[in-house]
Amino acid sequence: MSGPPLELTPTPEPSSLGTESPAPSEIRKFLTSRGSSAISDRAFRWIMLLCALSIFAIVALIAVELVKSSQLTISKFGLSFFFKSAWDPVNANFGALPFIFGTLTSSFLALLLAVPLAIGVAIFLTEMCPKILRGPLSFLTELLAAIPSVVYGFWAIFVLVPILRERVNPLLIKALGWTGFFSGPNFGIGLLAAGVILAIMILPIISSLTREVMTAVPHTQREAVLALGATRWEMIRMGVLRNARIGIVGSVILGLGRALGETMAVTMVIGNSPVIGKNLLGLGYSMASVIANEFSEASDDMYRSALIEIGLALFLVTIVVNGLARLLVWAVTRGAPPRVT
Amino acid sequence: MGVGIEVSNLNAWYSTNHTLQDINLHIPANQATALIGPSGCGKSTFVRCINRMHETNPIAKVTGTVRIGDIDVYKDASPVEIRRRIGMVFQRPNPFPTMSIYDNVASGLRLNGFRNRRVLDEVVERSLIQAALFEEVKNDLKKKSGASLSGGQQQRLCIARALAVDPEVLLMDEPASALDPVSTAKIEDLIFQLKSQYTIVIVTHNMQQAARVAERTGFFLNGRLVEFDSTHKIFTNPGDKRTEDYITGRFG
Ligand SMILES: Nc1ncnc2c1ncn2[C@@H]1O[C@H](COP(=O)(O)OP(=O)(O)OP(=O)(O)O)[C@@H](O)[C@H]1O
Ligand SMILES: [Mg+2]
Repeated sequence: MSGPPLELTPTPEPSSLGTESPAPSEIRKFLTSRGSSAISDRAFRWIMLLCALSIFAIVALIAVELVKSSQLTISKFGLSFFFKSAWDPVNANFGALPFIFGTLTSSFLALLLAVPLAIGVAIFLTEMCPKILRGPLSFLTELLAAIPSVVYGFWAIFVLVPILRERVNPLLIKALGWTGFFSGPNFGIGLLAAGVILAIMILPIISSLTREVMTAVPHTQREAVLALGATRWEMIRMGVLRNARIGIVGSVILGLGRALGETMAVTMVIGNSPVIGKNLLGLGYSMASVIANEFSEASDDMYRSALIEIGLALFLVTIVVNGLARLLVWAVTRGAPPRVT
Repeated sequence: MGVGIEVSNLNAWYSTNHTLQDINLHIPANQATALIGPSGCGKSTFVRCINRMHETNPIAKVTGTVRIGDIDVYKDASPVEIRRRIGMVFQRPNPFPTMSIYDNVASGLRLNGFRNRRVLDEVVERSLIQAALFEEVKNDLKKKSGASLSGGQQQRLCIARALAVDPEVLLMDEPASALDPVSTAKIEDLIFQLKSQYTIVIVTHNMQQAARVAERTGFFLNGRLVEFDSTHKIFTNPGDKRTEDYITGRFG
């Protein structure tokens, strides 16, 4: 019953730290010769700061350029540009609202469809996937991210739109037509088609980032919850998702950013007509799409200025949406104690 | 009230490493039982076989029977049910960093859908008092994160979390290994008080600790249970030469 813990293994060699000789060793001399490194340390800080500032510079340059190039419409319509539905190049009467509406609606539809699916994929990959499937499955999800958007557009026109038109939409109209969100005429293309194709496009981003943050949650957290008698889903909810939630929101915001700015695939299926209405099967138009479609044919300065101001609107919408998302995170985590690590 | 644990022919593996070999023992109810043995001999593995945490490791395998009370842990119940009856405290404290102290303690009950505020308040307070932590945290129950406490406080928080679900058995895997003498003494006091109500299994490298808190002690070596007897007998008159060598420090 004596004091020091017992050792199974033979006592290790005394480490070099313990046996310091009076004369400084080679290593010590080398380390001393490196001096204080204060200058390189400070230089490193400045270089990193510069990198960070370049972000501000880029954003500021873009904003300034957008505002400068859309002076004509800004001075003519003022703030009303963002709240008007008119789009009449012949009479030089412009408003951005239908495009803002189309972009926001298709993007939020995309999130609605993609987020649960992406989190499900991530949960399966991190928590329950047999080892041999994990590699191939995550490779496939990431492959989805590498497909050019024009290919998604073609696939949407030839595969997705027919499926929606012939199978899904009739069901939606029958079951949910009374809500007003799903009513004819059934073109196949439209806001819903744009939302679905966007969902497929942002799925890989959200699921692979979510998978990363979930993998980073330490195993001890899972064990802690399991040992309390949690089922697998309860363990994932309390031990994994809760710890990873900020990272997951971050991945959703990145996905949303991609959805808001996506041009090609959306242009091919959204219908390209500036309408506002609650019918998701109806046609729409997005900000990025109208710029892509009409910029080359914008003959006069006013028309061009209007299109650039749409770009400015997209820029602002992105900022506002990001701000709101952050507000949401703040509101959700407000009650919780500040996280320490 | 605690229940006894009956282990027979327990074998456990990590892939091909036969970590536990033919373990047989009876852990009596409402007592503390200490498990000692050199590092890597399989104490943690043994404890994790009792509440079926071993099988959460994909390379792990286990055979044999473990009974708690009249339940065969591997036959009559799901792992979830078993873990609801057996509390566990890990070697390294693992409070939930995104939850307040209160929520940490309440987590086991909340998991199971328990929502009654008044009872939750009572249980949280009682568990924290039992774990000798209440006085230190009572003003920040809902303000501070579980991870903002000191290591020793975190460990007592984890004990409170385990006690809140009123387990029949409490498994503690070296609960004091990362703690200072004061926190260690608190945890030992705690075990001393708790053992009249719970069956406690405690893994420890500290033999004085085993002698202080446990009625019975088991000595593990290389995946086998060499000797299992009253603590007094193990430390004063061990039946096996290897036990004697280990506790006197004349090992190998
Ligand atoms: N996750 C694991 N994967 C593979 N082998 C493991 C794992 N955990 C433990 N082992 C092996 O199982 C054997 C027993 O380990 P165990 O953790 O049960 O020892 P222990 O007695 O608790 O040791 P300690 O006193 O150091 O905590 C060791 O040989 C170890 O190498
Ligand atoms: Mg151990």
